[in-house]
Formats: sequence, structure tokens, C-alpha cells
Amino acid sequence: MFSRRALGFLLALSMGLGIAAGAHADDRIVVTGSSTIAPLMAEIGKRFEKLHPGLRVDVQSGGSTRGVTDVRAGLSDIGMVSRAMSDDERDLVAYEIARDGIAIILHRDNPLTELSRRQIVGIYTGRVTDWSEVGGKPGRITVVNKAEGRSTLELFLAYFRLGVRDIVAHVVIGDNQQGIKTVSANPGAIGYVSIGTAEFEASAGTPVKLLGLEGVPASVANVKNGTYPLSRPLNLVTRPAGGERLERFIGFARSAEVDDIVADQFFVPSHP
Amino acid sequence: MRISSLFPRTRDGHIAFGLGAVSCLASGILLLILVFVFGEAWPALRTIGVLRFLSDTAWYPTDNAFGLAPMLAASFALAAGALILAAPVGVAAAIFRLYYAPAWLKTPYRGLVLLLAGTPSVVLGLWGLMVLVPLIARLEPPGASLIAGILVLALMIVPTVAITAEAALESVPRSCWAAANALGLGREAALLNVVLPAAREGVAGGILLAGARALGETMVVLMITGNIVRMPDGLFAPVRALTSNIALEMAYATGDHRASLFVSGLALTLLVFLLSFAARTGRRMRYV
Amino acid sequence: MSDLSHGPRHVFARQARDGAMRVAIWAAAAALFACAAWVMLDVVLRGAAGLDWSFLVDEPARAGRAGGIGPILVSTGLILAVAIAAAAPLGLATAIFLAEFLPAGSRFAAWTSLSLDVLAGIPSIVFGLFGNAFFSIWLGMGFSILSGGLTLACMILPLLIRTAEHGLRMVPGEWRHGAAALGMSRFSSVWRIVLPAAGPAVTAGLLLGLGRATAETAALVFTSGYVDRMPSSLLDSGRALSVHIYDLAMNVAGGDRNAYASALVLLLFLIVVNGIAMSFSDYLLRKRIAA
Repeated sequence: MFSRRALGFLLALSMGLGIAAGAHADDRIVVTGSSTIAPLMAEIGKRFEKLHPGLRVDVQSGGSTRGVTDVRAGLSDIGMVSRAMSDDERDLVAYEIARDGIAIILHRDNPLTELSRRQIVGIYTGRVTDWSEVGGKPGRITVVNKAEGRSTLELFLAYFRLGVRDIVAHVVIGDNQQGIKTVSANPGAIGYVSIGTAEFEASAGTPVKLLGLEGVPASVANVKNGTYPLSRPLNLVTRPAGGERLERFIGFARSAEVDDIVADQFFVPSHP
Repeated sequence: MRISSLFPRTRDGHIAFGLGAVSCLASGILLLILVFVFGEAWPALRTIGVLRFLSDTAWYPTDNAFGLAPMLAASFALAAGALILAAPVGVAAAIFRLYYAPAWLKTPYRGLVLLLAGTPSVVLGLWGLMVLVPLIARLEPPGASLIAGILVLALMIVPTVAITAEAALESVPRSCWAAANALGLGREAALLNVVLPAAREGVAGGILLAGARALGETMVVLMITGNIVRMPDGLFAPVRALTSNIALEMAYATGDHRASLFVSGLALTLLVFLLSFAARTGRRMRYV
Repeated sequence: MSDLSHGPRHVFARQARDGAMRVAIWAAAAALFACAAWVMLDVVLRGAAGLDWSFLVDEPARAGRAGGIGPILVSTGLILAVAIAAAAPLGLATAIFLAEFLPAGSRFAAWTSLSLDVLAGIPSIVFGLFGNAFFSIWLGMGFSILSGGLTLACMILPLLIRTAEHGLRMVPGEWRHGAAALGMSRFSSVWRIVLPAAGPAVTAGLLLGLGRATAETAALVFTSGYVDRMPSSLLDSGRALSVHIYDLAMNVAGGDRNAYASALVLLLFLIVVNGIAMSFSDYLLRKRIAA
């Protein structure tokens, strides 16, 4: 009985503290948004913290849309958005910190090394259902598509001039890694994921391989030199009156000092 | 029953009142959650209308199609399938550990079941994705399917059934066993005819909890059921449950799309409510 | 009852049914054991390579692919402690009220029971969003261990209450009558006699609840957050082990090895905690009810 009362008191006390501390501490930068960018920003934040002791960078995930709404509502200082900004987001300032390419991947045991645009469209719209129809070993094609709303899907649709209802898929995935794991488990699968991730996994021994687009091999290097046609920006957004502290942090995130971190996460660094 | 007779002005009465106030917390939390979900779902219910959520044929929320029916069916099929597997196995495991297992096996077995109970859904989902799905894919692509979800969900909820069933069976008074033995019933006959019926309520409660857990599970179904919005038309067909739909699209949804996701959350809660209500009435009718 | 009839045919039928039941029980138990062991073995085999002492205390580096999980273990422990500290007393109080102080078949009991069943079925991600809106934003806790722990407490409440209530109900009525005959107050009889007798059931409920809380991922992403720094207070954001495993396996390329190593650590943690709890409950029971 006594312990219950004490617990209730402690709970109320901590809630009270919580309300008091609800406002951002001066020494804290809160970053929320895309889970794709979150690991990258967490590492950049850690390096920034080492250079500025007493300052804390808290990175949370929750999705690109959350990044935008949180910044607008003042719940966070910086938003992470893993796509190009849309027209109704012009009230925020966007800074590109990296680029991410999208590669089509097949299972390593699939003998095909390239597919034409028509063939890919045929596969993804369900017209082509067997690998033998595009010159491969006979076997059912398992089409892996990304979930609606993801920028990767929208880029893919825009590039191949398809609508969201045109695609006939067998598996829908959320994150890159799920895509890699799904394709590597099924010799008849085809999917599309971030280039850097796919490149890393292929070299690490996971049974996937990357397909080139329009004759350009899929690689991070080709995204860097601009020859690879399918890529998306990774953005940081803030409110217009960001403040000197935020500007310093964003400047740091876009500088050459963190190129190694960006490369470590298999993206291509972008500088102002 | 008048409140004043329930809580007399004695020390016991005061304590009872305190406990009663605390007990209101459980329904209070549920009310809060329902208010929250309903509030978030209201914009979609107002502009799109409840009927369209059931009558639309497809789910393309960015393209003005909001058919929840295939996903409702998938959630139901997944939970039902998982329960059909997990309920008998869980009860059997509880009976096994209490009455059939050799003494040296009792503790490790319980330990393993408790371990399974605490295994994160992501670990079970990973195992499903990397071990089970490829196996099923060899039988029938794509592998990520209804059956994969059912199998791993069953594995996930079996501990709930087993542990609650065990607690229920253990609480059956020894006099029941003694009476059964006195009547000449062997172990199996006593179990079937005396002990299990006596523990029926506890076991059923555990099964209900497990079923609710299966309906609400997000991570496992997201990783291994294929996530295609389609009426489940076969065990090996990919399906999308309501929970994985919320998880997949919530991060990137705005406005009406986001509100419609909360509508699907509401639909799920309604499903669980109907399930427990049916179970409750069913049980009451048995006594009549 | 057919069991009371004798004669060779009845005996054979009875023995066949008993034998079939025995086989079914052993088969089911073995199947469960095999599947559970398969999963655990998979984790052990894939995770053992990355596990060593420094893994347990170091900070994560390179988005978790290098370094260790020290701060994450601390955060997880704090979140679980908050969850159990909040849920256990509340759950126990509710269970005692429902089982001991309410008349049988009361509407309040039925309504609470129904609420708990529905609460148990709410998707974990909805809990996360609710926790974010209520604890983090409305109550102002922000992304914090406290917010995550309280959200988890809400999630495991149905489990605790149901198991504890059932355990209490199963205690024979004679014990309560005996206590009343000795002049003990209602509360004393519950606290000193009925509750310890229901000890195993209550502990089972607590362990199940702890397991559920440890296993929860989706709800914590929105409440206790993603930060993998060593927390300095309950109001700091802290990454739970399950969230870390999810991030490494599904979001970070090359994170598989550490994901499995973290999963192994989590399983070992569960084994230790479950072992301690079970032996503690046995000890308590033996001490109080020297029947």
C-alpha cells in the first residue's frame, strides 16, 4: 500500500517534470523524419556533438511526412525528407545533403544481365509472367514493388511512365533491406532498391545483382558522375528563420568533413 | 447494488474504494485510445463515408480508392488460422509440461516457452523472412504469403495460450483430481472430462488474448505476408493485413490518406470487440 | 459415462483414446519445442559471431554496424522498469478489486473485462501513435524513456490483469472463510493469504507481460525514440533493444550481424530475468504457504 502511494507520487512528479521540460533545451537539436536518412544523420550528429561539447543532436525517425509536419508544428528543429520537395512545401527551406540512386535487382542465379525498358514495363504490368519470355531460364517471375507513398516508388513510376494502378506485383515491401532479403530468397524475383545498399550487399555475398538502366551500369559512382538516370535527393528542411545554430549544423552536414560518413551509408554526398 | 453498501465506511471500504478507482483506469485508457483513434479517423469518415470503405474494390489511397474489405478479410484469416494452430498446441503443451513431462524437462520447457514469449516480433519476422519464406517459395512462389504469416503468428501466440492454460490448469483444486481418480478415471479421462472443463474459463481467456494479439500484430505480418491488397484466395497467396497496411503507409501519408489509416485501426478494434463479445456470450450461453 | 462400463470392447476403445491423446500431446509439445528451438538456434548461430564483452558495453558506431549496444541495454532496462513499475501495481489492484471486492457477475466487472480484451487487440503501432500523442505531446514528455515505458504499461495491462484475476479467483473460498473466521479484515486476508496463494499465476502474468514489453518494437519507435546515446534521465530519448534490432536488420545495410548479436543478447537477458523471477516466486510461495 505504501509502495503504491509512493509510486503514484513519483509518477506525478515525473509527469510534472516532463511538462516543465517539454520545451526544447537550448543545447538540443531535434531532427525527425525519414528512416532512410536517420542512420546517416545520427552519425553526423554524433560527430558534430564531439566538436561542440554540451550540444546534443537527437535524431528520431517516423517518415518523411512526419519530418515536414513536425518542423512546421515546431516539434522538431530539422526535418529529414528523402524525396524532392513538393509544391505545397515551399514554406520550408530545403538543403540537399546527399543523393541516392535506385537500381533494379535480380537474384544472382538469374542468368539475365540486362533488360530493356519495354521488358521491365512488361514484367511490372503483369504482361510478362515467365522469365523465358524475356530470354531467361523458365520460371515464374515474382515482382517486388515498393509500398505506396514512398519516393522510390514514385520515382520508379515516373521514370517508366506508369500509374500506381498499372503495377501487378506479388510482394510489396517497405524498406530497402526487406527488398534485398525478399529478392535474395527467391531466384525468380525482381525488385528495385537503393543503389548503394544493393552494391554493398552484392559485394558482401548476398545473392543479388544489379541491372543497368539504358546501358548505364548501376553503381554509386555512376550516380556521383551523373550518368545514372534514376536518383533521388535526400533533403534536410527547416523553417525559414532557422537560427545560427541550425545553420552551422546543416552547413556541417553538407560539408566535405562528413563525406566519409555519407559514403559509409552508401549515399553520394552533395555539397552546396 | 448501491455504492454505499459496496464501500462501507471501514478501512476495508476505503481500500476497496481506492482499488475501484484504480480499476477504472483500464477502461479509462481504452476510452482515451478510442477517442484518439476516432478523432484522427473522423476526417476520412466524414468526407469518404463508412460505406465506401467496405464497398470500394481496391486500395489506392492516393488515387481515391479506399476498399478495406480485402485487408479485413486478410487480418481475420491470419488470426483465425494462427488460433486454429496455436490453441490446441498451446493447451497440449501446458498439459504436457504439467502432467507428462519428466521432471528434468519441466523447467527447461517452461523456460523455452517463456523465451519464445519474449522474442521480439522482428526476430521472429526475420526468421520467417530468411528461413521460412524461401522454403515456401520453393513450393510455390512468392513464398511471402498467408500460410507463412499463419505459421509464424501461431508460433508467436502459442506461449500466451500455453502459459495462461498452464496457470488455469494448475489452479484447478486437487479435490477435482482426487474425485476423478476415486471414480476410477485414468489421467487422460480425468483431463478430458474433469480438469479441462474446470479450467475452461482460464484457457478460453488465454486463447482470446492470443487471438487479440494475433489480430494486432504488426511487425511479423509486415515482413512475411507479401503485403498485396487482395482477397485471400488461397493459402499461398500474398495478403496484406490491416496492421501492416498502417505500418507501411503511416510514415508517408497525409490528410485523408492518414485519416483512412486510422479508420482501418478502428475497423480492427471493432473486429476484436465483436470477437470478445461473441466469446463472452458464447460462454454465458453454455451455462444456461 | 462410458468409462465406467467394462468389457473388452469398451476397454479397448478407452485405451485407444487414451493412447491417441497421449500421442497427440507429446507430438504437439514436441512440435512446439522443435520450432522454438529452431528459431533460437538460428539466432544463436547467426549472432554468436558478433558477441563479446566489448559488444555489451561499447557505444554503437557506424550506425550500429560496429561498436556495441551498451547505452541501448541501459535504455531498454529503464523502459522495462518503468513499464513494470507502472503496470504491476495498477494491474494487481484492478485484479484484486475485480476478484475479491465485486459481487459475482457485476456489470462493472463485465465491462472492465471487455475493455481489457479490446485493449489487448489494439495494434501495436496504434499504441505507438497514441503514446506519442498522449504521453509525448499532450503530457509533454517528448521522445523519452518515460513515455515509452508508460505506453508499454498500457499494452501489458490486459495480460497482467487477466492472469492475476484468474489466479485469484481460483483460490478456494474456504481459505477466505477461514481468514474471516479468524477475524482478519478483507484486505488482510487478500494481502496475506489469497495473493500469495495466487503467486504462481501472478508471476506467470508478470513474466508474460515482461516478455511482451521486451518484444515490442512498433510502439517504442514513436515514444521512446531512436537516439542511441546513454540516457542521463528518464526524460531522455533512448533506443530500445528491439528497435535497434529492427533498425539494423531492416534499415541499415550490413547490419545483419549485429542485429543477430543484439537478438542473442536479448534472449540471454530474458533467460536470466525469467530464471530469477521463477525461482523468486517459488521461494515466496514456499515461505508463505507452508502447507
